[in-house]
Amino acid sequence: MSEVASVTIEDVRRVAELANLELAAEEEPRMKRDLNAILVHFAQLSEVDTTGVPAMAQVADILGGLIDENGAELRPDDIRPSVDRTAVMHSAPETDGRFFKVPKVIER
Amino acid sequence: MEAWTIDAVRGAVAAGSTTATSVAEEHYTRIAKTDGPHGKDIHSFLALTRERALAQAARIDAMAAKGEPLPPLAGVPIGIKDVLATQGAPSTAGSLILKGYTPPYDATVVKKLEAAGAVILGKLNCDEFAMGSSNENSAYGPVRNPRALDRVPGGSSGGSAAAVAANFAVATLGTDTGGSIRQPAAFCGVVGLLPTYGRVSRYGLIAFASSLDRVGPFTRTVRDTATMLQVLAGEDPLDATSADIPVADYLTDLDKPVTGLRVGVPEEYFGEGLDPEIRTAIETVIAGLEKDGCTVTKVSLPHTRHAIPTYYVIATAEASSNLSRFDGVRFGLRAPESNTLSSMFRKTRDEGFGAEVKRRILLGTYALSAGYYDAYYAKAQQVRTLLTRDFLNAFQSCDILVAPMTPTPPFKIGEKSDDPVAMYLADIYSVAASLAGICGISVPCGETKSGLPIGVQLMGRHFDEATLLRVAQAVEKAQKPTA
Repeated sequence: MSEVASVTIEDVRRVAELANLELAAEEEPRMKRDLNAILVHFAQLSEVDTTGVPAMAQVADILGGLIDENGAELRPDDIRPSVDRTAVMHSAPETDGRFFKVPKVIER
Repeated sequence: MEAWTIDAVRGAVAAGSTTATSVAEEHYTRIAKTDGPHGKDIHSFLALTRERALAQAARIDAMAAKGEPLPPLAGVPIGIKDVLATQGAPSTAGSLILKGYTPPYDATVVKKLEAAGAVILGKLNCDEFAMGSSNENSAYGPVRNPRALDRVPGGSSGGSAAAVAANFAVATLGTDTGGSIRQPAAFCGVVGLLPTYGRVSRYGLIAFASSLDRVGPFTRTVRDTATMLQVLAGEDPLDATSADIPVADYLTDLDKPVTGLRVGVPEEYFGEGLDPEIRTAIETVIAGLEKDGCTVTKVSLPHTRHAIPTYYVIATAEASSNLSRFDGVRFGLRAPESNTLSSMFRKTRDEGFGAEVKRRILLGTYALSAGYYDAYYAKAQQVRTLLTRDFLNAFQSCDILVAPMTPTPPFKIGEKSDDPVAMYLADIYSVAASLAGICGISVPCGETKSGLPIGVQLMGRHFDEATLLRVAQAVEKAQKPTA
């Protein structure tokens, strides 16, 4: 990150593809402008000396056992009721009652 | 207009001087008058759950009629931010992609509130997927600040803050990922609590950034916030990140004097960009705590200026992953006329997500992508450690930290909506506590000369909400010297 990344329209398209987003053509320049403005701001992180500093994914990582000691045991592996299938399928855009129906997966 | 508190509602219902049904109707009447989606209305509610509310109110009234002891929130009208699942009622997260979605289950916090006697009035407007600081990113239209209708209520829990400020509900639930409870509380002149990460269950919360998202209450008094937390707090077997740590009694010591507590004032929160009227209001709060017998010392949280980029890297990275579940397969919107699965995903997400959500998904995907992961995401996680250590160090010598909640009073609708960087920078005082997982609260502490609310931010140790609320209570008392 020593050099500030400059995002191009191609980068925007590539990242959109990775994210399963389809941007309209008129959205692309706006996203390019915004991403560049924000990434310039992100670049200040490179100034921070983090040599030997562990990464922190969430707060339990740093509380020195306060949470770990209390929550170290695994929960019992019991069978518990789940949400009713009919209720779940009620929200589906397309279903046969048992499965979610989707368009074909393989493009030909 | 009666501004009820929790204890007043419960007491009046128990004494038979009113009914839960009448209190609910009184609130629905007020909502009908001034909470429409158009013109100069506040627009805090997206959906009303009238049937469910009145059935619950009738249950409470039947208990009261029989003289049964009433639970702590009996008959209390409460609104729920629309990112929390409510069985059979719309839960859209402010997004078109979930328009019309009614979940098959309740969030644990919603269940807990109803089990404690609360009357759920409906679902509250918010920024789409809780992404925003002004509530202008709701797909269903912005919320107006009840204290100044041309201004934003803050975000993302803007509807939750506005509904309490406008007396549409006695309490509401919001969620806070980078300030989304505390900042709108400050902007609307109400109390907003960010509980410690792990203190309150998130089962049934539509996830934005899982290492940061938290659920907490809005109320008009600190005591009501303590009562809400007492009901909400605790481990939940359905949320693996909820902590197995005993819940304190938040009410017993609430009015205990704060004499001898050590208050830290982090110098980094009083730098350039802080509105002078807000500065004065916060200094008055600090002087008040000193008068109450607290010892006040200056402290330093040296990594504070890196908090915003750290937060936005981590939050957008997690969002890009969490929001991949919205694909048109199992719930919500599906774009019609797609020949393949892949184009169905893309079209659905293009139609269903608004501009800010797309921007954050793109940013997060970029920060996690090959070649950039170490420079952005891994780096931000390391800086997060440093930011958290800052707080742990400060809490060696202080019991509580006092700072401004926002750099400015509520801004005008439209003022920052075209400039994402300016909008992100407005979160300068809220995101560090989010990253560190500590608890925090915004308490009203006066207003500007033009009548806009000011909030003071208190920050406490992990799982030390008891001290946080006690100091908040002292701050609130100092605001009402005659009460």
